Amino acid sequence: KNKSDHCVRKWKNHSDYCVLYSPHQITAWMEMVVKENPGVVSAEVYGRTFENKNITALKIGLNSTSSKKVIWMDCGIHAREWIAPAFCQWFVKEILRTYKSDERMHTILNNVDFYITPVLNMDGYMYSWQNESTRLWRKSRSAPPAGCNCNGTDLNRNFNANWGMIGVSKDCCSDIYCGSKVLSESEADAVTSFVQSMKERVLCFLTIHSHGQLILVPYGYPEIQRVCHPQMQVAQKASEAIKSVHGMEYTVGTPPMVLYPNSGSSRDWARLIGIPFSFTFELRDKGEFGFKLPEDQIQPTCEEAYEGARSIINYVHDKNFPVKGGSVAAATAAFWTTLLASCLTSATFL
Amino acid sequence: MHRCVCAALAVLSLVGASPTPGSAPPRSVPWKASRLDKPNEHVIFLQYGETEPALKLKETMPVEELNPTHYPARRAAAVAQHFLNARHGSPYKWFHVEQVQSATLEEIAGVGAKYHVVFSAKEGVCNQSVGLCTADVLFPEAGGDQTAPQVQCSCEGPLAINASAQEEAFYRRLRGSNSPVTGNNIPDSFGFIAPDMKPLWILAGVASSFVMLKESNENTLYNLAQVANVTQLESEDKQLKFQYHVLLHEMVSQEIIHWKLLVTWAPAGGVSVLHPERQPHCHDCVLPPATAPKERSDPE
Repeated sequence: KNKSDHCVRKWKNHSDYCVLYSPHQITAWMEMVVKENPGVVSAEVYGRTFENKNITALKIGLNSTSSKKVIWMDCGIHAREWIAPAFCQWFVKEILRTYKSDERMHTILNNVDFYITPVLNMDGYMYSWQNESTRLWRKSRSAPPAGCNCNGTDLNRNFNANWGMIGVSKDCCSDIYCGSKVLSESEADAVTSFVQSMKERVLCFLTIHSHGQLILVPYGYPEIQRVCHPQMQVAQKASEAIKSVHGMEYTVGTPPMVLYPNSGSSRDWARLIGIPFSFTFELRDKGEFGFKLPEDQIQPTCEEAYEGARSIINYVHDKNFPVKGGSVAAATAAFWTTLLASCLTSATFL
Repeated sequence: MHRCVCAALAVLSLVGASPTPGSAPPRSVPWKASRLDKPNEHVIFLQYGETEPALKLKETMPVEELNPTHYPARRAAAVAQHFLNARHGSPYKWFHVEQVQSATLEEIAGVGAKYHVVFSAKEGVCNQSVGLCTADVLFPEAGGDQTAPQVQCSCEGPLAINASAQEEAFYRRLRGSNSPVTGNNIPDSFGFIAPDMKPLWILAGVASSFVMLKESNENTLYNLAQVANVTQLESEDKQLKFQYHVLLHEMVSQEIIHWKLLVTWAPAGGVSVLHPERQPHCHDCVLPPATAPKERSDPE
């Protein structure tokens, strides 16, 4: 089997980014990344799962002594979406591989700290690795509430964003059970506290899921759709960037448009507290393999999603750190002009 | 990757440029109450620029153009896909929707919601386009006798893609074998399917299409998630016969739903599904037979 250099090249003792990592292997990998990139990567434990495991983000940035702007990415909030943690790993690998030679990435790491959580729902992820019967687990592994008999809450229905209102179930045995109350889950609470503590600095909140090939824009509950919504345009550009890699279509829209209405999602909460750009990525595929995406699709999926994420990251970075009089400022200004012009002339009801 | 020896029976007739979206942008279909919440309540959905809420009442609405990237059109296309597979699928023929080109919705009082969808599709085993398909999907009104959608669907390209060489070989191999074939956990946790299991997986997809078709409504989107197990059974006639236990994923509820199916197939006829049985919801189930956790060596 021919794998590209990204897969088998022993880059700093890490090798294969084209296989799925078990929970133990991901933890070991994170320790290795921190150890081998001193001054650039540190581990931030910001909470505990129900089963008392650490919830850890990799903080990646240069000259991170001052309080810098932040870009947030989390993967694996739903246990069975295994391609998502693989993408977080890929993303980390790519920025660390390229920042020394890629001037733009170097600038970004100077100005911004990335906080990347490879597996947010470690309890669920570990459970899904137990055997074939548990592979399709989605929720956390918290104990059932009184009067109900099933474990686990859908973490992405547990956030303080119109909690419990729509696209949820109050039955604890449901896969979209929103929890006994808002932020009943320690994992959701950990993200909430951590991101809240730095919210003025957060430029962008990305949460990675599978499957469906979508880029979801707030909000998950139906509301008046605003025309000329900048988030939609930024997501659209990301979708085009994704398509340019392997031709895959990622549909852009709010969940009530392109998926289903729902409330209590982390993406919506992030937007509600004022983070200007907040997106859900639903990675490959469109249902043929679903959650069990074959390993030979890890690389192409990660390559295209990386370009999509970079498109958003470049935009939010350049918007906040314009190069005075440089080509970046001109490009940004041109982007905004085109965006506003197309908004005003089109009759698109988003 | 198995080599595909497929030949189309007829030359594909391609239309010219694909239809471009109309210059007047279509409205989104007002969202309907999820059956999981309160099925009888409707949610008010305010259209931009309107001052009065647009309530969905039981009345005949004019034919409405739908946004082809939005979920109502995509769910209707998925139902058409299930129909195509139930009709034309085989262990070497599995059809998938590629992209919805256009769609309309007509609410018919006392009858139901009729979707007209145009979508591109392809057959996945031979990776062969079947061109544009046109489907009418009628979701019957709730509370009536009918629950399953009614579908009519035809495609430009040949649906009777000739995979007969492979089908015959597979049929002869299983008919002639002394030991009935069995399989578990297809795909495995890593998405891997052994080459000799692949036709059984595709057949599961086709057989599941019967169930997915029957179970679909405007608030569902089904896919086959996994074949828990499959066992070849003795057959009184020339058909191959299998007992399947499949796991379906329903996107809106995110549930994994277990079904047991008795499936028959022979190259000349199509796939038949007998005695489909929905299994009770099992939250922390261990499915028999449980396989040992797959040993993974550390990626070095």
